[in-house]
Amino acid sequence: MDWLYILMPIAGVKIFWPGLIILGIGVGVIGGFFGMGGAWMVTPGLNILGFPMAFAIGTDIAHMAGKSLISTMRHGKFGNVDYKLGLIMLVGTVIGFEIGAQMIMWLERIGSVELVVRWLYILLLMLITYMVFGDVLKRRKKEKEAAAAGKELDKLATGLEWHKTFHKIKIPPMIHLEVAGIYCSAWLPIMVSFLTGWLAGILGIGGGLIRMPSLIYIVGCPTHVAVGTDLFEVMISGLYGAATYTYKGRTELVAAVIMLIGAAIGAQIGTVATKYIKGYGIRIAFGCAVIGCAISVALKLIPTYFPQSKAFCDVAATFFVLAVVSALSLYIMVKMIQGAKQEVAQKRKKAAAIAS
Amino acid sequence: MHKLWSKILGFSSALFLLIPGMALAAGGGPVAPMVIVADTRKLSGIMAWWANLYNESHLYFTILTVVLIPVIGVIFGVVADIVMTHIGIDLKSRELAEH
Repeated sequence: MDWLYILMPIAGVKIFWPGLIILGIGVGVIGGFFGMGGAWMVTPGLNILGFPMAFAIGTDIAHMAGKSLISTMRHGKFGNVDYKLGLIMLVGTVIGFEIGAQMIMWLERIGSVELVVRWLYILLLMLITYMVFGDVLKRRKKEKEAAAAGKELDKLATGLEWHKTFHKIKIPPMIHLEVAGIYCSAWLPIMVSFLTGWLAGILGIGGGLIRMPSLIYIVGCPTHVAVGTDLFEVMISGLYGAATYTYKGRTELVAAVIMLIGAAIGAQIGTVATKYIKGYGIRIAFGCAVIGCAISVALKLIPTYFPQSKAFCDVAATFFVLAVVSALSLYIMVKMIQGAKQEVAQKRKKAAAIAS
Repeated sequence: MHKLWSKILGFSSALFLLIPGMALAAGGGPVAPMVIVADTRKLSGIMAWWANLYNESHLYFTILTVVLIPVIGVIFGVVADIVMTHIGIDLKSRELAEH
């Protein structure tokens, strides 16, 4: 069974390469569907396959850049990417991220900040969960009220409407984002990207997990456009991250390429699945992913208070993350196959009708 | 408006070039010291060449990595596109128009 293992040229470790492909498929599906890099899922996966932590992070970022490119290409063809919005947000993201990263280094010099960062992460994830499910419940309520009044709720109606309040801010320059269908002050996406970038810098994450809901609830993007635009940003920041990590000797391109084989398939599945699932379906599944992430972070926090549980919690957190990845990618895959089957059947029906 | 766009693009490009400290430390956590010289003794062919390139110049290695990632991404993406189109899925439009 030696052929199932490949010696990594830089890290010098032997890795089970089918595991890399499977991991690539899983995160490709989830990344393409939710519009995030998914570092919180990949890093423990690579670690479990035998990568040292330093290489796990760098390799993950390298593969993330390639995977996001594939997903962005596909989302772009569906009309889900607002490039103007993505480029504007890039400015705020870079500045915010740098300030956040510098801040965390400054805090580290004062004392240990790991605990504070983890708690902050959990609080943020709880807030996102509240936003997502609060929004879903509010929309259901509106649907019921509309049904009781004998009307049908507008397809574009949302539960939470915070973005409408933010759109009332008219500080020039005002911009029209055609793809997202938004007219707002340019400062709104800049400030949102600055804050999400700053939080990402503090938390040491890519930021897709925070940016995607911010695009929906604060900027007011439709879900599909939020996913596509977020992926566009992940792609650019991922390439930059790959460059810095590679220069520091922490990227294993061979592993990233093997993962990309799986991710190319996964990203297509995840992206095409957004064709068949309504915006609110994506939001609910995203909320579940956020809960999964929060539980894995909480499991890493427990040993701080109960040191004897460290070994158990580390293993439990890793397996929990992998279970969440498997469950979510399975759900998305099933939905994609069902939708594709229906589409192909309809096309055949049409063709048969025309022929007869 | 055109000037504003030029300024935004110029500023973002400059930031990317001038901030080498920024790195997306996804997932956080402690990091191991970097590998200065890759061990090429057990490697052969393209793998040995790749590790040697790393040993000779980190800069060339980085440039090649950053160029290769999008190129490979595009190739794999196009191949996956061909397969999906062959199955009969419309990859150019999305009918759903919901928030």
